[in-house]
Amino acid sequence: MIAIVDYGAGNISSVKKALERVGATAQVTSNPEVIAAAERIAMPGVGHFCRCDALNQGLRESVLQAITHGRPFLGICVGMQWLFEGSAEAPETPGAGIFSGQCSRFPADVKSPHVGWNQIELRGDSRLLRGVADGAFVYFTHSYRAPVIEQTMACAQYGGAFSAAVERDNVFGVQFHPEKSGAAGLKILENFCAL
Amino acid sequence: MPSNRLTKRIIACLDVDAGRVVKGTKFLQLRDAGDPAELARLHADSGADEIVLLDITATSDGRDTLVETVRKTARELFVPFTAGGGIRTVEDTAKVFDAGADKVTVNSAAVANPKLIQDIADRFGSQAVIVAIDAKRGESQVTNAEVWVAGGRTPTGKRVLDWAREAEGHGAGEILLTSMDRDGTGMGFDCELTAAVVETVSIPVIASGGAGNAQHFADVFSAGKADAALAASIFHFGTHAVADLKQTLLRAGIPMRWPC
Repeated sequence: MIAIVDYGAGNISSVKKALERVGATAQVTSNPEVIAAAERIAMPGVGHFCRCDALNQGLRESVLQAITHGRPFLGICVGMQWLFEGSAEAPETPGAGIFSGQCSRFPADVKSPHVGWNQIELRGDSRLLRGVADGAFVYFTHSYRAPVIEQTMACAQYGGAFSAAVERDNVFGVQFHPEKSGAAGLKILENFCAL
Repeated sequence: MPSNRLTKRIIACLDVDAGRVVKGTKFLQLRDAGDPAELARLHADSGADEIVLLDITATSDGRDTLVETVRKTARELFVPFTAGGGIRTVEDTAKVFDAGADKVTVNSAAVANPKLIQDIADRFGSQAVIVAIDAKRGESQVTNAEVWVAGGRTPTGKRVLDWAREAEGHGAGEILLTSMDRDGTGMGFDCELTAAVVETVSIPVIASGGAGNAQHFADVFSAGKADAALAASIFHFGTHAVADLKQTLLRAGIPMRWPC
């Protein structure tokens, strides 16, 4: 069973639907015990980084503990940004700090939010992105972005390069929305379910 | 790799009345317009970058958005999906999102109560709220284009450019600009008005109204500077309509998501 962490941020139902489409059993939950018992954890999230306050208050420990126990974790959009140290969008809200760096705003010379289909440039051998073509199109919608770091498995270009996918051991994050990225997105979710 | 690989978006719109897709022109009404869920999937398979479902009679006759239609349509759709028509409150929005939509469009209710935009943005994020503007200018210049509401039945006295700027200030994530002058004519988008709105706001602008052929899309992406273009009836002609359009636009040098 995949626990989909519900902390009041964004469209959870489409993530559930897409995971079920690739054959998984998923449960939307904000119960720490359910999260602790899950085989895998998915954490969606759209909107403002300050939504992570709710997560930090009640669920942070159980999520981090599951990660420590080696359970596959997938953060989507703000859920991926949370894996970093924090975001300029809400400086007082801490991230998990699993990946180093801060999320920042797009430069002023490009429109923000970055909304639409953009290509990902693969870097390194990603387990999550296995079978996804270099240059595949995926759907983004966000105003802040994470820096390119050593664990960046895919970049996207918009006002410079940023992290589209990060990966370290059992922790995965994607800035784009796999549940809204057609066949490429479903392939990524299928990979996550098979980890 | 260029510094910006974001593509222009082709959005297929389903105008829905009583759970069925209806077509905007007399000519097309000769055929059954079809089931929203089937048509949405057909368009997505053909390459539509997004699907918009508009309940076209919701505002005028006071019905709620067809949440069930949204639910059925969302079930097998794995591209961004927007629903609109008759959204009046944050609770309406929550129902539509719960049914599987990713964004909502607000129109008349946002003009009556601009704070609605902010309330939706605060709860679901700016990316979830598109302000739809129905614009009419006749022969006059773009600065005089006026906002109409209630399904294009009621003039508001508001200038389109002012309202677009105000909507952005309230937290709108995108503007869906429909030219009432061009809607249903097949004569092409109002590129001049679209470009004026694009230059007024810094959020993405979706052009709508008047699409008749591929050149019209090329024009609205270049001269009109639109980020996305929406059309309804021209995509219902055949199953490869969106795919053919995208290939034509790619040949014209417009960045498109292809293959899908």
